[in-house]
Amino acid sequence: MMDLIGYAAFFLTAALIFSLITLGLNLQWGLTGLFNVGLAGFVAIGAYTSALLTTPDDPARLGGFGLPILIGWLGAMVVGGLAAALTGYATLRLRSDYLAITTFGVAVVVQLVALNAQPLTGGPFGIGFIPRPFGGLAETPLLFNLSNLAIVLAVTLAAYLALEHLSRSPWGRVLKALREDERAAVSLGKSARFYRVQAFAVGGAIMALAGALQAHFIGFIAPDNYLPILTFQVWVMLIVGGSGSNIGAVAGSVLVWAIWAGSGALTSMLFSPEQQARAAALQIVAIGVMLCVILLVRPSGLFGDRPRRLRAAKAAPSAAPESRGP
Amino acid sequence: MNETARQHGAETHAAVLTATNVTRRFGGLVAVNNVSFEVRPGEILGLIGPNGAGKTTMFDLLAGSILPTSGEIRLNGTLVSGEAAHLRIGRGLGRTFQIPRPLPNLTLIENVMLAAQGQTGERLLANFITPWRVAGEEKAAAKKAVELLELVSLSRLAHQPARVLSGGQRKLLELARVMMADPAIILLDEPAAGVNATLLEVIIDRIRDINKSGITFLLIEHNIDMVTRLCHRVLVMASGELICEGTADEVARDPRVIEAYLGGTA
Repeated sequence: MMDLIGYAAFFLTAALIFSLITLGLNLQWGLTGLFNVGLAGFVAIGAYTSALLTTPDDPARLGGFGLPILIGWLGAMVVGGLAAALTGYATLRLRSDYLAITTFGVAVVVQLVALNAQPLTGGPFGIGFIPRPFGGLAETPLLFNLSNLAIVLAVTLAAYLALEHLSRSPWGRVLKALREDERAAVSLGKSARFYRVQAFAVGGAIMALAGALQAHFIGFIAPDNYLPILTFQVWVMLIVGGSGSNIGAVAGSVLVWAIWAGSGALTSMLFSPEQQARAAALQIVAIGVMLCVILLVRPSGLFGDRPRRLRAAKAAPSAAPESRGP
Repeated sequence: MNETARQHGAETHAAVLTATNVTRRFGGLVAVNNVSFEVRPGEILGLIGPNGAGKTTMFDLLAGSILPTSGEIRLNGTLVSGEAAHLRIGRGLGRTFQIPRPLPNLTLIENVMLAAQGQTGERLLANFITPWRVAGEEKAAAKKAVELLELVSLSRLAHQPARVLSGGQRKLLELARVMMADPAIILLDEPAAGVNATLLEVIIDRIRDINKSGITFLLIEHNIDMVTRLCHRVLVMASGELICEGTADEVARDPRVIEAYLGGTA
């Protein structure tokens, strides 16, 4: 029983970290319509920044600086946000698929830097000894897992509430307007450049924070953690949950992560050890099938923005205007 | 020519909008060639001309969507021709589009509220630092948006997504939306195109009402009946040049205009 609770806490922690990344993507894609296919790069930037800031001094590479974990997380958000703002600024003139190709390139560059800039990132060996919050509790795994879960839950909840507030705010309305029709929004006095860069920066900062949380949760990072498969997973999470909805981003992440982890457990049960490396590919197949099913059955995801609006509109066609006041 | 029009023709106010020697080239094509005119305060000025005359390019230049190759555009005396498009509405110039551009998945009221200028809540951090101020402004904006939707007879659809609207309703929504920004002048690109006769009357009435409240209009229109009924003065463009200026009756009799529309040898 204790084991089960411990595992549930471990599972939820991992799932909630994914939720945080998906929330960042939802701001960029769901709200603003920015096709960021390079999110793994921003997650990596957050993880490496926080690792460099908080690990003990290592003669083999730059740092670490042995700073408190909280400083590491804030540093991750700042560096991730700046990197994303820079990407947003550099890609102002690009739309949809061209933007996607460029952001994908950014992620590949980040991953290659992580792999090759050994004096900075430890190269293929990665960075170990990343301090873990509540590391003192590591002797009692259950307590350790539960306290990790509590902290990730608190961060995710804070991000969720802040993003929910923003998506209902006039600021969020401008982002939605840019998603719907940039030219119309510009004609109404909204600077497409300014808001695109902001959406990139805020989303990137959240993704970087998630990367930092994950790094401190596992205690070790390596370039392999930030391959394009991560981007794929998060996109599936957002599509399944429903693009444009923050609660959908969280629910989609938990659901997809459950299927990912579940199919992983299942393959290790069903296949002999020598076949398992190959069977692991079935995880991706499982996620792919799920994506297809969702797109067929609920094209806008579990909590998609659009059908909900339509239902709400049908239910209350003559609602008093005041009832929807701010 | 009616009384109002004569009055506007006679008065010499400082212009709301002036174009001076405006030229726009696209490669070898001169879409707008050395055009100069002014829009006087309170008038409804029509801009007509055959297809390909450069009317929409002229509109895009005035609205800032494209920059002139040469020449100056002034809005209430301020030189704006080098400025980014999004700054123009804050200076009092609003526009609508030939093919309306509602934000389809935003509700009508959200569409209109978006056009409010100088909203505190459009600054990211203000939503956390001064939420009460944002809420107060939103409440005021929502009230005004509902009033504007009432003006264009769309208030019963206020909470529907804009995609449910018909073509004519979309034009009315754009009109309400641009009004939200309290513009001094509104550029209308073919307000009558694709609109059924009943709704057209509504649009004409609303433009007239709004004009009476002191807002200036510049409109592109092919519907000559509408131009004759609404416009105090008319400009005629052909092949990128301004060929004629006057009242609707005057330009209709002008041989240069007849030639531009019907072709022929001069």
